[in-house]
Amino acid sequence: MKFAELEKNCKKSTDTCTDFYSLAILGNCATQHLAKAIKGYAYEEKIALTVFDADYNQIDAQVMDDSSELYQMTPDFTLFWLCTEKLYEEFCQSTNRSDFANQMITSLEGYWNRVNQQYKTTILQFNFIQNDDRVFGNYGNKTPDSFLFQIRKLNYLLMEKCILYKNVFIIDIEYLQQIYGEDRIKDNKLYYIAKMPLSTRILPEVAKQTIEVIKAIKGKMKKCVILDLDHTLWGGVIGDDGLENIQIGELGIGHAFSEFQMWLKELSKRGIILAVCSKNEEATAKEPFLKHPEMVLHLEDIAMFVANWEDKASNIKRIQEALKIGMDSIVFLDDNPFERNLVKSMIPDITVPDLPEDPSQYLNYVKSLNLFETASYSETDKNRTKQYQEEMGRVKLQKQFSSYAEYLESLEMVAEAKPFDKFHFSRIAQLTQRSNQFNLRTIRYTEQEIEQLAKDKEHLTLYFTLKDKFGDYGLIAVVVMEKQSENMLFISEWLMSCRVLKRGMEEFILDEIIRTAEENGFDKVTGEYIYTPKNNMVSELYKKMGFHEVEKDRYEVNVTEYEKHKTSIQKQEKEV
Amino acid sequence: MKREEILEKIKEIFREEFDDESLVIKEETTAADVEGWDSLKHISLIEAIEDKFDIRFTMAEVSGMNNVGEMVSIIVERIK
Repeated sequence: MKFAELEKNCKKSTDTCTDFYSLAILGNCATQHLAKAIKGYAYEEKIALTVFDADYNQIDAQVMDDSSELYQMTPDFTLFWLCTEKLYEEFCQSTNRSDFANQMITSLEGYWNRVNQQYKTTILQFNFIQNDDRVFGNYGNKTPDSFLFQIRKLNYLLMEKCILYKNVFIIDIEYLQQIYGEDRIKDNKLYYIAKMPLSTRILPEVAKQTIEVIKAIKGKMKKCVILDLDHTLWGGVIGDDGLENIQIGELGIGHAFSEFQMWLKELSKRGIILAVCSKNEEATAKEPFLKHPEMVLHLEDIAMFVANWEDKASNIKRIQEALKIGMDSIVFLDDNPFERNLVKSMIPDITVPDLPEDPSQYLNYVKSLNLFETASYSETDKNRTKQYQEEMGRVKLQKQFSSYAEYLESLEMVAEAKPFDKFHFSRIAQLTQRSNQFNLRTIRYTEQEIEQLAKDKEHLTLYFTLKDKFGDYGLIAVVVMEKQSENMLFISEWLMSCRVLKRGMEEFILDEIIRTAEENGFDKVTGEYIYTPKNNMVSELYKKMGFHEVEKDRYEVNVTEYEKHKTSIQKQEKEV
Repeated sequence: MKREEILEKIKEIFREEFDDESLVIKEETTAADVEGWDSLKHISLIEAIEDKFDIRFTMAEVSGMNNVGEMVSIIVERIK
């Protein structure tokens, strides 16, 4: 997109927007164009962004002054941009050059800490464009007194620090410098005239990265890649060419496909589910996975394998229903433009990249789209494929039982219900960010906020785990309760992973909520449903489970009148 | 390229940048004649024109242009 288009977007009505956030931009350089680019790009993603653009070089004033505009606004997101040109001026004044990066990091931390003390926000931090002064030439690489050494170290230290600050997220503008090059990202004359360290040519890309990080923090991310096989995962057609003649492995064109598979496997280790959707006989389609020695992907990497002669749109819908995820969290990769267009037209919400014709360009192209932004990463991600495969096993077993209740009994389900603890803060936060469908109020929490809730005297918290004879689902539900008055407990958040729907878990959780209320001396429990385009499945949940509606979407129950449900889930006894 | 052709292309860029399809741009047009042509807008205009003609203005040119005609003259020289 061009900057002029983004600028135009800033004037458009936000009626079509679905999300509304506020952002403050604090820079040591001119940020007016950046502010327009980000606001304009947000509009492209249906986000209405209220932007406060602090004046030139006002970071200290805004952050230190208790009554600054920043602290009056208390924006959802606070962006810091320190341009390298200004840092270089400071570096040249500095007497202790080998300590420069450390000092810079300390002052950045000062900003973050101060902002965090003042209001609840998510901090976005631009990393540092790498401008070497060449004063030491290549020797600067082994000279701590050189600017090269310090500015490179600074980006590294920034990454290290951000591990500790759960609400600080880096926007990697150095990556853009690598991809687009010095000439494209910057024009010195504009820096001298207007103090703009980045050209309007690159600002749309900078804005894109920023908005993508914001979207991931707010729970909008891809969860699954559905793959075609012939010409996508290997060269040739398995049904026509046979196992020996498809192209995969070290040699020639095959190498491009091997690398592509290797990358997809990395995605799956990060928690992206891989599925296959191919027009083939199932046995033929599976043959390379089972028998070809140079295949990188194996059947255990594929959560769901669909190979038949039906149209791909129907098959994709089947995969989506089985995995219980939103269409907008799915990416479909297919080399065939006909199939892509069919899927795009039948399923508007799915993402279908137009793969280049040349397989050697697949990987670069898909990487350039940055489809897999995330705002968290935990142990659970590494096992996600296995969990979905276990789920498929359950679906098969279900068919053997005459009644659903009988089937549930056979699963031997065991659940835990515990207050938030430090071992699970990260997974709990992640679940609040990812869950869209079974989510009563859709409040997103950062890990830091979860930690605070755990300590807060005004809140009671519960997380739930579930396992059965097929495997461990891990932590699958989160409940936050707020003490509204002496006898009234309010369920301020209740969400559950859709993978465990219809197992009696909803009932089990509500029983635990009521038990918690009882134990803490509350007479009444109240809950609320807040509509989003995705959480319709729980709009009537409280009503169905015995609460009475006191006003629209607001429900209540007396603890003494509540009847406990009968489920097939055993509660795990406390560990010794 | 003739001056008129260059002016025509510049006019297109101005219309896109100012989001105004009826904007009239002549050689004697100055920043004072166009609503919203401030120092910020000047930067994105300059970059859009540079990209269109695949040229680079000098720093002195960027800050010294007095009207659209001067801009055209620089471009005529640069793309000769």
